[in-house]
Amino acid sequence: MRVKEVLGRGDYALISELVPRGARVLDLGCGDGALLAWLKEHKQVAGRGVERQRALVQAAVARGVTVYQGDIEQSLPDYPGAAFDYVILSQTLQEAQRPLAVLEQMLRVGRHAIVAFPNFGHWRVRLAHLTSGRAPRTPLFPHNWYESPNIHFLTVQDFEEFIREQGWKIERRLFLAGDRRIELFPNLLAEIAVYLFRRS
Amino acid sequence: MIAEVQTAQFDTLKLDCGATLRGVTVAYESYGELNRERTNAILILHAFTGDAHAGGIDHEGKPGWWANMIGPGKAFDTDRYFVFCANVLGGCRGTTGPSSINPGTGRRYALSFPVITIRDMVRLQKALVDHLRIPRLLAVTGGSMGGMQALEWAVSYPDMVEACLPIAATARHSAQQIAFNETGRQAIVADPDFNNGDYYDGPPPARGLAVARMVGHITYMSDESMREKFGRRLRNRETVSYGFDIDFEVESYLRYRGSQFVGRFDANSYLYITKAMDYFDLTNGAPSLAAALEKTHSRFLVISFTSDWLYPSYQSLEIVNALRGRNHDVTYCELSSSYGHDAFLVDVGEQTGIVSGFLARVAREAGIDSAKVAPS
Repeated sequence: MRVKEVLGRGDYALISELVPRGARVLDLGCGDGALLAWLKEHKQVAGRGVERQRALVQAAVARGVTVYQGDIEQSLPDYPGAAFDYVILSQTLQEAQRPLAVLEQMLRVGRHAIVAFPNFGHWRVRLAHLTSGRAPRTPLFPHNWYESPNIHFLTVQDFEEFIREQGWKIERRLFLAGDRRIELFPNLLAEIAVYLFRRS
Repeated sequence: MIAEVQTAQFDTLKLDCGATLRGVTVAYESYGELNRERTNAILILHAFTGDAHAGGIDHEGKPGWWANMIGPGKAFDTDRYFVFCANVLGGCRGTTGPSSINPGTGRRYALSFPVITIRDMVRLQKALVDHLRIPRLLAVTGGSMGGMQALEWAVSYPDMVEACLPIAATARHSAQQIAFNETGRQAIVADPDFNNGDYYDGPPPARGLAVARMVGHITYMSDESMREKFGRRLRNRETVSYGFDIDFEVESYLRYRGSQFVGRFDANSYLYITKAMDYFDLTNGAPSLAAALEKTHSRFLVISFTSDWLYPSYQSLEIVNALRGRNHDVTYCELSSSYGHDAFLVDVGEQTGIVSGFLARVAREAGIDSAKVAPS
């Protein structure tokens, strides 16, 4: 099944499917605010963003998004508890210094968390590692080891186990390869994983 | 756009110190048109030594202090918004201050003028807003002391402020900021011509006021901008003088700025306004900044600048984090500039983009008609 991309991105399509109309949304690492602006226009959400890079913050403000210029991990503790319905972390978990602390904070300030990440268990990554004997470089992980922003590598299976260990509850799991939805063998076939979860 | 100074008169103004001023005049300028519902008004609040001439050009051809931000198609777009700015209480540019005539005595107030606060300034602006029959302001904004007034507006009159844009500002002066102000005040008071503030019939304390301004100017720039602008370049000479004449460009610049200031600013106003800034504390007896901001429901855009060491970013962040702690609608941006505190006045390229985007969003969400006004 193909997804209808949102703003040219499959993961945005899945995320927008998970966010109900009128929700209060916090987007961590919101970039230029494109997703929040889209959600505001199409889902009438009350959105807020956090972004570290100055130029992206300016672009987000210019398009009318409420955004805080700062670091995700440092800024989260300032928000009051349960201030949001959904807290989104898209393609940033693998870059966080302390992923567990970020996820715990997400579930403190929000009722639900949505996390999207690239799956390090994808067959192409495994193959690249096996055949080249070097840190895998694929379209999904294109960086050289010394310039990669990714400091944590995780697979679909890692994340499933991790959520279970925390005692949290997965509400939805969606997988993508290109613009196709993956149902079977996601740990092998999914390029992007999107999870909706909450505290149980 | 020729800007005309207008005035409004008020019979009385109650002050924080307990005194009541009688016969208060406010000088203001405005640009653009009010819409039919009178909901597109933006109040511009000037910094310490600014005045009501914020936009356009005056009869002498002098551009307003924020003319790069105010006008058709600019950040404060006068095709969409009614933009106005008033000289502050205690000032010397048309609004009642220590150099005004006390109606009770027929003589200038001088140091008999009551001590004023930022909240008193805002109270007088509120009287002007009522006088103009504006039910609610689309935005209040200003840099430096203007930002403090904007914050005070959002706290004192929460139902009247749709959006608040404090730029390069603070919720309260630090010891360092008070120290610089006190240095300026002492320079004035130490001038033999000061005469306990009673100098209006003789020469003003020009040397003291000029020194105060020189100190101020240093704090408005940055190490980098001074290096770029002056370096160690000598002024009209090849070698140093081995004396105390002007050797360096920077000395010449500061002396020029100091002497120029004396012609347009009153030393007593300097004392009163700096004291008002030093007294300013947005918490005003509340247990915390967050508690003080509880009543506001304005949308905020807080801006600071990387090289501003007089009003550093941490002071803006204090405000932003207090607002985030209450989950208020607050946008924060630290803009990159080498101009120091002056950046909000001179380095307005990036500031323009975010201010206009923010204002358009606020107007849209508040259902305010800010459609481009067709030229009549």
